[in-house]
Amino acid sequence: MTETALLYMVVGVVLFGMGLFALVAYPHLLRKILAMNVMGTGTFMVFIAIAHNGDNQPIDPIPHALVITGIVVAVCSTGLALALASQVQALTGQPRIDGSEREE
Amino acid sequence: MIVTPNRMMPSRKRRKLRDENYIDDDVKLTPARRVILAMVAVLTVVLVMAVFAVPDDVVRLTQLTEDRLPESGVSNTVTAVLINFRGYDTFLEVSVLLLSIIGVWSVARRARVPVKVPNTPVLRVFVRLLMPLMVIVAGYLLWIGSDVPGGAFQGGAVLGGMGVLWIAAAVDDPGSRERRLLRPLLIVGMAFFLGAGALAIVVGGSMMQYPEGEAKTWILIIESAATFSIGATLVMLFLGGQPGGSSREDGKKS
Repeated sequence: MTETALLYMVVGVVLFGMGLFALVAYPHLLRKILAMNVMGTGTFMVFIAIAHNGDNQPIDPIPHALVITGIVVAVCSTGLALALASQVQALTGQPRIDGSEREE
Repeated sequence: MIVTPNRMMPSRKRRKLRDENYIDDDVKLTPARRVILAMVAVLTVVLVMAVFAVPDDVVRLTQLTEDRLPESGVSNTVTAVLINFRGYDTFLEVSVLLLSIIGVWSVARRARVPVKVPNTPVLRVFVRLLMPLMVIVAGYLLWIGSDVPGGAFQGGAVLGGMGVLWIAAAVDDPGSRERRLLRPLLIVGMAFFLGAGALAIVVGGSMMQYPEGEAKTWILIIESAATFSIGATLVMLFLGGQPGGSSREDGKKS
């Protein structure tokens, strides 16, 4: 494991943690969707770093293929989540699900 | 014009304005959030330790893929893994694209163009110039994918960006003809992938085991179809609903 790969992995883990915190702590749906994407990016960084076999060495293509699959799935889930969030906004008048009283 | 909530307003109105405009200023670090923060911090530290503990001699598939690369029909290892060695993954990924569209169309039946851009002549000319270039770039990315990083997903993303730009600049309102064209484009990637996979059985292999020596042709056909589907799917996700769909909710609201 080279130092560069380790740095990438640590940054990825920190991004994952930041995203997880925002996902759990904040009720706003848009914030949750963004948090989910930050978590995903962190995970991808760890995968990219794990594929690194040292400088000037060929990379491990399996994690790279997983990441590109992951990116596409992340885009899809984000699109679906946004559609659901805007439907929640349209039906309840508020962009969050936190059990607070409904605005009439 | 977005009226931003301010302290002069009564709290009920402030909250309503916030909700209408998706504004979220509820970011105070409450005691509950401090607890969550502490728990997430502990988890992060544990994960960082796990990252440092990754052994150097874990099972590496690099050598294995390099050895079998000549059989895959392409010279880029990532593309070989994506379409050939682990074709099932990619096939299911293309299915996820389709599923997300089905999901979006189920919750929002009518497309809403999310942005309004001032329709200036400069923008119109710029977009007109840019669009053919983006088509070429998408085709180039698809083609070089067999040798260097690139491929269906990168090309599809460029195509999707082109579609979004087209809609945002409203160069042409997609008419019913374009809509009819877009719908088959959504499934063409999955259809070709499944068709090629099934045809491989007929030709004499197992599912998605492309015939020896012809793998590159098969991969290129699958990837081309997938590029169009990915582009079309991204545009549909941007629209957030079915173009020309019935306006069930709209009728209720207005």
